[in-house]
Amino acid sequence: MVRAFDEVIEMNKEKDVQVISQQQAKSVFETTRLNLWYGETHALKDIHLTISENEVTAIIGPSGCGKSTYLKTLNRMVELVPSVRTSGEIKYRDENILSKHYQVEHLRTKVGMVFQKPNPFPKSIYDNIAYGPRIHGIRNKKILDQIVEKSLRDAAIWDEVKDRLHENAYGLSGGQQQRICIARCLAIEPDVILMDEPTSALDPISTLKVEELIQQLKANYSIVIVTHNMQQAARISDKTAFFLNGEVVEFDVTNKIFTNPHDKRTEDYVSGRFG
Amino acid sequence: MANKTSIDVQQLIAQKRNKKLKKYTEKVVPIILLITAVVSVLTTIGIVFTLIFETFEFFKRVSIWEYVTGTEWLPFAGDPSYGVLPLIAGTLKVTAIAVVVAVPLGLGIAIYLSQFASDNVRRITKPILEVLAGIPTIVYGFFALTFVTPMLQKVFPSLELFNALSPGIIIGIMILPTIASLSEDAMSSVPNTIREGALGLGSTKFEVALKIVLPAALSGVLASIVLGMSRAIGETMIVSLAGGSTPLFNLDVTTSLQTMTAYIVQVSSGDAGYGTTIYYSIYAVGFTLFLFTLIMNLMASWVSKKFREEY
Amino acid sequence: MAYINHETVAKKLSVRRLKNNLWKNVFLLALLLALAALVILGYRMISQGTAYLNWEFLQNFSSRFPEKAGVHAALIGSIAMLAIVAPVSLFLGVGAAIYLEEYAKKNKFTQFIQMNISNLAGVPSIVFGLLGLTIFVRMLGMGKSILAAGLTMSLLILPVVIVAAQEAIRAVPDHLREASFGMGATKWQTIYKVVLPSAIPGILTGGILALSRAIGETAPLVVIGIPVIVQFLPTGILSEFTALPMLIFDWAKRPQEEFQYVAAAGILVLMILLIFMNSIAVWIRNKFQKRY
Repeated sequence: MVRAFDEVIEMNKEKDVQVISQQQAKSVFETTRLNLWYGETHALKDIHLTISENEVTAIIGPSGCGKSTYLKTLNRMVELVPSVRTSGEIKYRDENILSKHYQVEHLRTKVGMVFQKPNPFPKSIYDNIAYGPRIHGIRNKKILDQIVEKSLRDAAIWDEVKDRLHENAYGLSGGQQQRICIARCLAIEPDVILMDEPTSALDPISTLKVEELIQQLKANYSIVIVTHNMQQAARISDKTAFFLNGEVVEFDVTNKIFTNPHDKRTEDYVSGRFG
Repeated sequence: MANKTSIDVQQLIAQKRNKKLKKYTEKVVPIILLITAVVSVLTTIGIVFTLIFETFEFFKRVSIWEYVTGTEWLPFAGDPSYGVLPLIAGTLKVTAIAVVVAVPLGLGIAIYLSQFASDNVRRITKPILEVLAGIPTIVYGFFALTFVTPMLQKVFPSLELFNALSPGIIIGIMILPTIASLSEDAMSSVPNTIREGALGLGSTKFEVALKIVLPAALSGVLASIVLGMSRAIGETMIVSLAGGSTPLFNLDVTTSLQTMTAYIVQVSSGDAGYGTTIYYSIYAVGFTLFLFTLIMNLMASWVSKKFREEY
Repeated sequence: MAYINHETVAKKLSVRRLKNNLWKNVFLLALLLALAALVILGYRMISQGTAYLNWEFLQNFSSRFPEKAGVHAALIGSIAMLAIVAPVSLFLGVGAAIYLEEYAKKNKFTQFIQMNISNLAGVPSIVFGLLGLTIFVRMLGMGKSILAAGLTMSLLILPVVIVAAQEAIRAVPDHLREASFGMGATKWQTIYKVVLPSAIPGILTGGILALSRAIGETAPLVVIGIPVIVQFLPTGILSEFTALPMLIFDWAKRPQEEFQYVAAAGILVLMILLIFMNSIAVWIRNKFQKRY
């Protein structure tokens, strides 16, 4: 992928972020005028954001700024909260996923998710990975075996678990569990992977492994990652969005956000003055 | 997006997608589940309607006034009379004895377990107490008749073979776990900070239990007592075996008596023909019993809601 | 001037501490009394019942001669009744629990069902007998059959099963549901493949405890009119039958003293059955404790 930094910085002077992403690559998600309420709380305010193919997009911001909410809107997991209302539009590959007629199960097979806390099922490692394919009707043992092996290899954990595929996933360490969850997500070969602070419950070494993995996955998947950790965003992402109080303050190439942000509030946040 | 593997999982999924079947399942299953949930409501409706209809049949033959105010229950006599008060008196006598036994013991146990006992003692004792609640009442009834009554007769020689005392005491033991365990829950949920505050002022544990914890947990304790009473009122086999079948309108606990439940059992084990007044009378008595326990249960939930302390 | 005279406080303190220790022992005594009641009860049953408890006792039908009396028909009858109660109450109870925990909206109707369940749990068992007699035995014409008794008992323990299943389902952490939804699973797939497998130990533990209540209940069976003297084994679900508690009730009422020992032996059989069922429940609970 070609990354034209200079060009980007040039264009950013007009601070029209949407133009850049269109220039760069095909977009996966296009969010326009998204508003979201939890009951009476206005959690997301007029969000415009475009997420591009085969890139890592990081979302940063202080706690309660709406970054996780936005992530969960992308695969409509946010609907699990009963009192949620939305307005506006999110187009995934040119279809509005917020439309009533859009099948949410279909969306979630295309847009996978990795959660904050490793959450393997209390089943064997094999059954964890095979869960997705199975619920979508793939029952052929040979195909499942192949999918499990490939997913575990892609999640860089095959060598650690290949001899204990039928043991309970809860016997693994936290970092291994999280990579099992990533493998479980890869098993249905999604188009996009959403990651909600995937390393916040992990030790530094496991964090490093997961970060390396994200870098590898970028070749085949578009990744959106919410993180608390600004160094992490700087290390692994191509673009970064800064959220504050439910609004997108700034969205730009990661380098720019961390070295030469446009907005004063972004500068304060990335330099550690609040958050 | 293709070319990730030799097998394209997304394509396989697309092939396997059986939209219709999935949609169908997702629609039908919640309806089936809703129906199973409604069964419990239907059960209540069934109980209420059964009792009301058959009781109505009974009151076609016996005046309500006689039933509610009559002090003689002689359904098998040549000239039968159907005054329910003796059955109610029998029920209340036994219940009162049960409460006298179970409340002090139950509260004592609850205070001991929540204030004085170590975690280990509590962990071992609570399940053992639950066993008392799991023993079938027929076993308790047999125990009351063959062990407790003879033992009491040694102390009070005038005690009849069937009496209120023996089944009352045993019902007290039966409802003991209910009172002890619910009260203990209520006392344990009083925050430690409050307890520590009082202890920090130099109170003894007993003073804390009596003056701080018991008042704070009062709603839960009262609710547990009312629930225990409701169970005592509805208890059947213990009084059927050890209480006798002599409905008397008095307060004597040493003589044979009959409770509402025991009357229903007496008629059911005999051959009261379908459609006779006696047959319908068990529904009238059952309805009376149902009202008693319903009021107690509603009172228990009202008490625990009304006086719930907010910490 | 000091408001508190520390000398008086110190003097009173020893009295207060004495009082504290005294009451502590009184409370302990209450606990020991309850435990003693359990021990005496157990001892009485064993000492009275063992004389008649032998292989023939399990093989014989009921008889008017104490030495020939046995629990054969009643034991088989109780187990046959359980074969109705277990599937019916588990299906209805777990279904209702799933509905209430996973599907129901938090509205008045749900509250009403929930309140109804807790009130139903407080209805005396003998009243369920009246329900069974009217609806199952007479109205639906099932007679004094295993089916009629089994359905009555199922409704009796239904509230207990529902509440136990609700607790088990509520204990399944939400992040497992999220993981499943996140893979594109539908709601029912998530419940069936993730929630239920995780909740099953809790459901079974509570279910078995409820079933052991059903097997010991006597009053509804008496009201339904389940016979005592049955000289044959049940042949189907519409067959007449007798159950262990019915037999014990009958023996306990008989005037001959020998029958007291027979009744105690019957109680031992019932208690062994209950202990067996409870051990399974405890075993399940320990085997599957805390896995996430």
